[in-house]
Amino acid sequence: MTRLEKKLADLKTAGRKGLFIYITAGTPTIDESLRATITAEKAGADVVEIGIPFSDPLADGAVIQASSVTALKNGITLEKILDMCKKIRAESDMPLIGMGYINNFMSYGYSGGSAAYDGFEKFIVDAKAAGMDGVIIPDVPHEESADMRAVCKKYSVHLTEFITPETTPERMKETCASASGFVYCVSNTGTTGVKKIDYSRINAKILDARKFTDVPMAVGFGIGSGEVAVQAAQNSDAVIVGSAVVKLLHAGKFDDAMNLIKEIRAALDKNFNK
Amino acid sequence: MNKRFGKYGGQFVPETVMPALMELEQAFAQYKDDADFLAEFKTYLQKYAGRPTLLYFAENLTAHYGKAKIYLKREDLLHTGAHKINNALGQALLAKRMGKRRVIAETGAGQHGVATATVAALFGMDCKIFMGVEDIERQKLNVFRMKLLGAEVVPVTCGTGTLKDATSEAIRYWSTNITDTYYIIGSVVGPAPYPEIVRDFQKCIGVELREQALNEFGKLPDYIVACVGGGSNAMGIFYDFKDEAAVKKFGVEAGGRGEDTGDNAKTLSGAGRPGILHGAYSYLLQTPQGQVVEAYSVSAGLDYPGVGPEHSYFKDAGVVNYVAATDAEALAAFQLLAKTEGIIPALESSHALAYLEKLMPNTAPNENVVVCLSGRGDKDVQSVAKILGEGVI
Repeated sequence: MTRLEKKLADLKTAGRKGLFIYITAGTPTIDESLRATITAEKAGADVVEIGIPFSDPLADGAVIQASSVTALKNGITLEKILDMCKKIRAESDMPLIGMGYINNFMSYGYSGGSAAYDGFEKFIVDAKAAGMDGVIIPDVPHEESADMRAVCKKYSVHLTEFITPETTPERMKETCASASGFVYCVSNTGTTGVKKIDYSRINAKILDARKFTDVPMAVGFGIGSGEVAVQAAQNSDAVIVGSAVVKLLHAGKFDDAMNLIKEIRAALDKNFNK
Repeated sequence: MNKRFGKYGGQFVPETVMPALMELEQAFAQYKDDADFLAEFKTYLQKYAGRPTLLYFAENLTAHYGKAKIYLKREDLLHTGAHKINNALGQALLAKRMGKRRVIAETGAGQHGVATATVAALFGMDCKIFMGVEDIERQKLNVFRMKLLGAEVVPVTCGTGTLKDATSEAIRYWSTNITDTYYIIGSVVGPAPYPEIVRDFQKCIGVELREQALNEFGKLPDYIVACVGGGSNAMGIFYDFKDEAAVKKFGVEAGGRGEDTGDNAKTLSGAGRPGILHGAYSYLLQTPQGQVVEAYSVSAGLDYPGVGPEHSYFKDAGVVNYVAATDAEALAAFQLLAKTEGIIPALESSHALAYLEKLMPNTAPNENVVVCLSGRGDKDVQSVAKILGEGVI
């Protein structure tokens, strides 16, 4: 059982909802993002998604785009992110998931030349050794992920599958069949960022997905307060909060970011504790 | 449907985009060989866009080099002034059949934006054009043209505010509004099935050329030269000749400020290596860490850090030779064609013309060279005047 599976199983036993917090590595500085990750756990995060900055983040809204620009200016790289993981591991057993775009993973360990290069497996090996438990690759849909699934399976690293309110039953059956760790339930069409969303659509999809898999479900996109987290957690096992926290961290409002995590934690526990 | 060209292409997009791609795949499969659809497309190409375009014998330019005969495939004579209208018409007709009431597009120099705004006006569709703030500043005239045509121009501030960011933002908008919106991508790039769709709507250039060449000089061309940014005009003119090894094909990329500066768009002919941007695996200008590098060219239509995946396949398979021409070489070719033939070419097409300097000495008088004159240069005269130090406006 991986750290992630154990954490999610423990939460289930305790009748609690999981709280995943996304933190862009390298924003506002590399050291501050490391401190944020460690402090987030103390504030109530169960899992941290380490955001891996890419120059062209297609699935992300304005907040995570801006944080990625800052992080890249600060010189963040996959190597430095794995160093962060090792430092976190020295203090914590909290599950860590790397969330990044495929081109960065494929470039890991590249040393020159114009020939096709694929460093994905090398990354997974090093990520595992650094204490990363899984990866989320938002620009690799199920249809393109067969090779990556095989690599991740080989090293017992989770590769996250997605469902959205638009996912058809046929595709849901397929994606759920290879679900690992947790299923990322995208709450709406479009990109990451806090906005008004009707969570009833994804909540209904989650009930469908449960027919195909026992892997826990985490809802993300649009969650910026305790109240909204409660809506998103109705049928899911966990919620994912990204942009709302990243926006505060990027602005240097470290304490406000941690207080937001505490607020969401408290709202979830108040509404769902057995 | 085949989603790859060799190992290139694919569908590397967020899950939120997948339903839209699947719907598009289904519609394209239904209509691509549908007689009614193709007849309608052909009618608009002929009656509205102005096809077939001329194959013009450039006698003075031929005399200038004194070698093979030079012909120009005059895509610049099409309505809106470039080959982009072929694809915009085809995709808008597809959108209509799919029941979409809004079309969106990305644009760099503004040519594809103008073509899309034009067909949206023609077919009575809502139209949003995503354009980087840098490009809006550089291409004010085209921004006004799009507005005249009834389109909304959406300024894109993210990233570097240029074509790649406008493309990302168009995809983001599409992923948010998939049910009523059709994304008319402007080149043979993006996730499958786009590279195939755009190629199919542009391949009329090469099909016409084959017939015209046989009529004009009784054989196929010996050389075809076209500029490559994303690569739609090049794919359009090359595709019908892809299996003709005797027809030597040259794709000319933007060499920018020159070899050692790094300021170029030489994705295939320079420092690119395969990577993933905007949904496709293809050659890409990127850092060792896999961050996409901003391309540079004097021509806004060529400064894209990626390239169509089928071009990557053609490069590896040796179907096309990919080369480059610098800003300075393109500017010289721009002026040479104006002075010798009375034709002002687009700066993009000027890169193809510039390659004649290297190609022509190796040709023989009994051979024929065809250059794809993908667009007219009216849009560029202001920026060229500025570069040449002429005080206009």
